[in-house]
Amino acid sequence: MDLNTVWFILIAVLFIGYFFLEGFDYGVGVLLLFLGKDDKDRRVIINTIGPHWDGNEVWLITAGGAMFAAFPNWYATLFSGFYLALFLMLLALIVRGVAFEFRSKDRHPDWRSLWDWMIFVGSLVTPLLWGVAIANIVRGVPIDADMNYVGGFLTLLNPYALLGGLAALAVLTLHGAIFLTLKTKGDMVERARSAARRLWLPAVILSVLFAVATYFATDIFTRLGINPGIVPVGAVATLLAAGWLIRSRREGWAFAMTGLAIALTIITLFMGLYPRVMVSSLNPAWSLTIYNAASSQYTLTIMTIVALVLVPVVLIYQGWSYWVFRERIGRESTLEY
Amino acid sequence: MQVIIDSLAVARWQFAMTTIYHFFFIPLTLGLSILIAIIETAYVRTGDETYKWMTKFWGKLFLINFAIGVVTGIALEFQFGMNWSEFSRFVGDVFGAPLAIEALLAFFLESTFLGIWIFGWDKLSRGLHAGVMWLVAIGSSISAFWILVANSFMQHPVGYTINDGRAEMTDFFALITNPQVWVQFPHVLAAGITTAAFFVLGISAYHLRKKRLDLKPFRRSFRIAIVYAIIGTVLVILAGHSQTQHMAQTQPMKLAAAEALWNSENPASFSLLTIGNEPERRDVVAFRIPGMLSFLAHNRFTGEVKGINQLEAEYEGIYGPGNYAPPIAISYWTFRIMVGAGFLMLLLALYGLYLVLKEKYEGKTWYLRVLLWAIALPYIANTTGWLFAEIGRQPWIVFGLQLTADGVSSTVPGGLVLLSFVGFTLIYGALMVADVYLLRKYARGESEGPEEILAPAGAG
Ligand code: HDD
Ligand code: HEM
Ligand code: HEM
Repeated sequence: MDLNTVWFILIAVLFIGYFFLEGFDYGVGVLLLFLGKDDKDRRVIINTIGPHWDGNEVWLITAGGAMFAAFPNWYATLFSGFYLALFLMLLALIVRGVAFEFRSKDRHPDWRSLWDWMIFVGSLVTPLLWGVAIANIVRGVPIDADMNYVGGFLTLLNPYALLGGLAALAVLTLHGAIFLTLKTKGDMVERARSAARRLWLPAVILSVLFAVATYFATDIFTRLGINPGIVPVGAVATLLAAGWLIRSRREGWAFAMTGLAIALTIITLFMGLYPRVMVSSLNPAWSLTIYNAASSQYTLTIMTIVALVLVPVVLIYQGWSYWVFRERIGRESTLEY
Repeated sequence: MQVIIDSLAVARWQFAMTTIYHFFFIPLTLGLSILIAIIETAYVRTGDETYKWMTKFWGKLFLINFAIGVVTGIALEFQFGMNWSEFSRFVGDVFGAPLAIEALLAFFLESTFLGIWIFGWDKLSRGLHAGVMWLVAIGSSISAFWILVANSFMQHPVGYTINDGRAEMTDFFALITNPQVWVQFPHVLAAGITTAAFFVLGISAYHLRKKRLDLKPFRRSFRIAIVYAIIGTVLVILAGHSQTQHMAQTQPMKLAAAEALWNSENPASFSLLTIGNEPERRDVVAFRIPGMLSFLAHNRFTGEVKGINQLEAEYEGIYGPGNYAPPIAISYWTFRIMVGAGFLMLLLALYGLYLVLKEKYEGKTWYLRVLLWAIALPYIANTTGWLFAEIGRQPWIVFGLQLTADGVSSTVPGGLVLLSFVGFTLIYGALMVADVYLLRKYARGESEGPEEILAPAGAG
């Protein structure tokens, strides 16, 4: 396997880390307004992700940095091309991040409800935009011979991409609801359970529709062959299994299943793209690939060493932080946020 | 009617605004994380509850400040691709690596352990909890180091070759041993220490004057911060001096602009005050100290320092016809304001040290009052310092390799850049208001922890 492929895989890994981890805290943020009946409830909900959300977000920053280092042309084309979408996402992430820290630092009800809305909107908009962006990457966008995006913003808002956005939002919200059943106690567990039960069906429907639409709108299934193999089938199967596990109150397993569904979906999309990183809808020869978008072999070698040393270390201490805060949180717990 | 928006100009404004804003919060993060780790260590060693109170008090202010540093950093990370895609393509092979390493090595460390620190007060042993704060502090410094490795490449490119129209890394080791980063990093770190010291001094001085809260923790904070301020200001000036010397070698044009030195001099004089005519490149009024600039640049009172006109001719010989001088008035004044603020802070810190040793600081009301206002000084110096560093490099985005005008995204319409510029400015403005509101409130000690609100929250 060449280093370009190694980096393609590593970036997929970083995105899986991001959507798996930050995924549930977006879900929790969306559910904040629905499950938190009073201020205390809301604080319980926010405190379940309090120690983790920033560490989770660094997976995104790292993915961005890694794209820049390993595939500078991908980084340049994607972020200059999807400009408006990215700008909106940045605004969402900015207000959301500040909101966690600021929300409970003042007692006025208007202050708190303002930041609650920021958390809600920020957590809603981000997965939606990611879904749209990723769907467009696999479907193909107008990229010219100089690797520049030449479409407009509306080019990105096609029905297929919007469906991708909704599917991402639904699945991550479900993931977040299951997370809450594992991290809270008392009344809140019941509320989170019933939310998970209700969210499951829309998540399945949207995901299946997205899969079917992907069949027609992109070339990834043709590239994977008629029998698409175990990965995409697994993505659907795990999501179905999650529904059954929620109903039989095995939330730990259900959480593992939504997590797997997220990971397998990313893997499917990356496998379908390979060796391309952005598809040009104007001319297949103008697509960006892991070769024409890449850094030099020297840089890739350095970065490979760095990543192989550091990623395991990060996983160990992030794992430790989840271990430290393994207890469930209830209304009587000490709440920092 | 069609309005043409110059996307280059807007992109530059946007970059300047968003980085300055980010760097408004970062120096305090750098310096205060270390100071809090020191105070918490003192608590672990002595078991003295006053230290614990101090840790929590400064810790709250630290967190309010930190939140904005984090979220504004994310915008920067993606801005290179959004607004400067040609730059990104050109340098990505070299420049992306330090950014990725910064995230992997520093941001993960910092954010994960800060989460543990905030929520872990009764989950970890005291010693472990203090250790976690040290990891946060180390993470911030590592983060500063790697971002400066990237920036240093733009100031003084090393360890690369030009291949196929782009810069490619040939020597990673050269990148991290770039002499530029080894003068820049100590300066930035010392600037962070100075910022935190004056922040703590100002707020402690306020309480020593108002006497509303128990004064014991503030007396103690004051004494610690005075020592911290001495360390910070002395180091920042020493490091600044070595930066100037390095600059004389690698970016003589920036130094000439900082001194409004139109023509080469030997021995060269230091400008105390110059009012110049920039288009005609001549002085209108000038007071200069003979030989002083030679000393700054070479550590002796003789030695040539090149002037703008000679450098311009030299660069035209190398890079072809063009204008290679940065905006001179801005370079000149930003440099002077930074240096002036630095010496002012040194004097304030020395006087404070004298008062502390004599145990007379609590009675000096005028001095305590001045210290509250002096919180602004490090912020002014940080901002002008970066303006000088970055504007003094113009017209280059990467010195000698790429012009700023060639780095901008070629296909992003100016209107979009303007929209995002306005959007960021508005949001950042609003966040600044909220941040200052909370900082004031917590600095005055008006609130302790997030109590419950009695009425139920709005719509559920
Ligand atoms: C508390 C803040 C502070 C203070 C008191 C000073 N500086 Fe500074 N300076 C900075 C904060 C700063 C900075 C914001 O951190 C900069 C911007 C870029 C950098 O490396 O550090 C900077 C840049 C900077 C540069 C430009 C480096 C470059 O472009 O490569 C020089 C030459 C100096 N400084 C020199 C000095 C001198 C001689 C000082 C003597 C008093 C001084 N600074 C005080
Ligand atoms: C945090 C402190 C920093 C501040 C306040 C700052 C400020 C500025 C300013 C004011 C400019 C505009 C100069 C001009 O156009 O005339 C600029 C340019 C630039 N800086 Fe920095 N900078 C900082 C750090 C960095 C770092 C660490 C990097 C790289 C890692 C960087 C990358 C750039 C780039 C790419 C440009 C070119 C775009 C432009 O000219 O506007 N900056 N910066
Ligand atoms: C213009 C270039 C810069 C970029 C792209 C950048 C990027 C970032 C990012 C993405 C974060 C958020 C990390 C998180 O979520 O935890 C951040 C925070 C931070 N940045 Fe910057 N930064 C820049 C300039 C600087 C400079 C010049 C310094 C210091 C000298 C600095 C030091 C820090 C520190 C200490 C934090 C603290 C927050 C944290 O790491 O979590 N940054 N920066």
